Amino acid sequence: MHLLHAMAWQISRVDGRLEVAGELAITDAASIWRTLNELARDPPPALDLDLSRTAVLDGAIMALLVDVRRRLAASGTRCEFVGVPARMQTLVQLHRDERAPIEPAPRRRGAIAILWSHLAGFGRRTYQLVSFTGAMTEALGQVARRPSRANWRALRPLIERAGADGVPIVVVLNLLVGAVMAFQSAQQLKLYGANIYVADIVGISVTRELAPLMTAIIMSGRSGAAFAAELGTMQVSEEIDALRTMGLAPVPYLVLPRLFALVAVAPVLTLLGDIVGIAGGLYVGVHQLDLSAESYLNELRSVLVFSDVWTGLLKSVAFAITIAVIGCHQGLAVTGAAAGVGRSTTATVVFCLFSIVVLDTVFTVLFRTVGL
Amino acid sequence: MTSAIIDVRDLAIGWTRDEVLVEHASFTIERGEIFGILGRSASGKSTLLRALVGLDPPLAGEISITGSPPRLRDERPKFGVMFQHGALFGSMTLGQNIALPLERWSDLPAAAIRAIARAKLRLVGLGASEDESPAKLSGGMRKRAAIARALALEPPLLFLDEPSSGLDPITSAEIDRLIAMLARGLGLTVVLVTHELSSIDTIIDRCIMLDRETRSIIAAGTPRELRRSHHVRVRDFFDRVPEAV
Repeated sequence: MHLLHAMAWQISRVDGRLEVAGELAITDAASIWRTLNELARDPPPALDLDLSRTAVLDGAIMALLVDVRRRLAASGTRCEFVGVPARMQTLVQLHRDERAPIEPAPRRRGAIAILWSHLAGFGRRTYQLVSFTGAMTEALGQVARRPSRANWRALRPLIERAGADGVPIVVVLNLLVGAVMAFQSAQQLKLYGANIYVADIVGISVTRELAPLMTAIIMSGRSGAAFAAELGTMQVSEEIDALRTMGLAPVPYLVLPRLFALVAVAPVLTLLGDIVGIAGGLYVGVHQLDLSAESYLNELRSVLVFSDVWTGLLKSVAFAITIAVIGCHQGLAVTGAAAGVGRSTTATVVFCLFSIVVLDTVFTVLFRTVGL
Repeated sequence: MTSAIIDVRDLAIGWTRDEVLVEHASFTIERGEIFGILGRSASGKSTLLRALVGLDPPLAGEISITGSPPRLRDERPKFGVMFQHGALFGSMTLGQNIALPLERWSDLPAAAIRAIARAKLRLVGLGASEDESPAKLSGGMRKRAAIARALALEPPLLFLDEPSSGLDPITSAEIDRLIAMLARGLGLTVVLVTHELSSIDTIIDRCIMLDRETRSIIAAGTPRELRRSHHVRVRDFFDRVPEAV
């Protein structure tokens, strides 16, 4: 078999040798790789790699030759580099561990093994989260006994970041959600001449569900992800270890301030979300349903009860605790380098959103069951 | 009565029982000495240091620091630690980094804490950098600042993880001189992880050498004694003989 390439190189199979000639560089690696594989098919007992006519050979092509040689040797074909020009001796020498055995392909795992490993991983993560929550509860107990143990100094900037900095997006999103809610109901309500009930729909859905949920979603993306990234970066740069060697436990020092900050700002942001969500509904009611602002607000006052608002605020506190626990736990559990931080940040947002929706369902069913 | 400040007996360290880095390690560290943990990369030097300070539990064996095992609890630490890359808190200035352990473990007023932090920074030659952010510092300055922070609580024992590695020869020599000066001047016991021959020869009193092939301590003694060792890998280490690749 003989193969001639139109370019500056040529590989041919001649008398038990693979003759490599010309200038072989990484720019031609793909075609060289195909040619080598084609020529190495059905090898004789001995097939040496002859470099005597090679003018230029770079490291990438050398690696391809080494791989061909390794595979030939594994299939029982004797294969040596022969005719190596003096200037290429070092390159060949650098690649002399080419006889490393071919690693067996990883065994395919069965479905049960895969399922088991996923279940075990889930169990491990759940255990870690429960342990972390336990450590947090213990730290809360310590701080309750001796408030000076908490890192109160960190609280103000955290509240500022989680709360004040988040106000614009909370306002805009809740305003839009309230308006969309009113828009969606407007068409149906018009059919029955029940325009005024837009205030009922928007008021109850915003205060009980939408404002706490939207605010929690925003907090997950802003604060939860930020907590995971901050603590994760501290973990990989050994700052957490440094804290521990100074006798400062990471949970009271780093986690509790973040928990307190979120618990403090979540009800405030949710209340703000309630107000602007209702305002969004009011805007649509006035402009689409020909309601007066006064009639909208009067209807709202008659239908909205205090429990609608406080159940929403209670939910927001539970969401805040969930976000802080997940974000901080993911951050402290980071292993590896930058990629680990990225993974934990993504996981934080996903876990937070999942947990918030599950928790919201539980609360809604619970409140309705007890008549709230 | 022994003057040993650290007593290590039959220690095994590593990731899991199947991934042991060092086993059957026994040695003592005397008060006031600069003790080196030597070895090639991946021989378990930093892992041993992490076990000594209580960050990672050993797989087997016992470590005793002034009579009790190292435990990182919510209490004033008995030692200071400098990590390989400094591990300074990026959200704080240098002054705040050094003040942190003082704020936690002393009832000093803020002005006194600031004065101590400034003095520690002056001690390591960073007197003018109190308000600097760690991100703006060079590698050598970061290591100096980390040493200053490790000294904040006046510990009698200092653990330093590769304090002079990754620095230019002059800065590296300056760090070595600083460590020797601090150890002698403050009467510290210093445990130093290093593979820098210059540090070994100039500041270390006694040392052990870890070996990743045998997963054990292959030599112990003064640097001069180690240089005279007949053990082939100890000789290779000092003669900088590259391993066959």
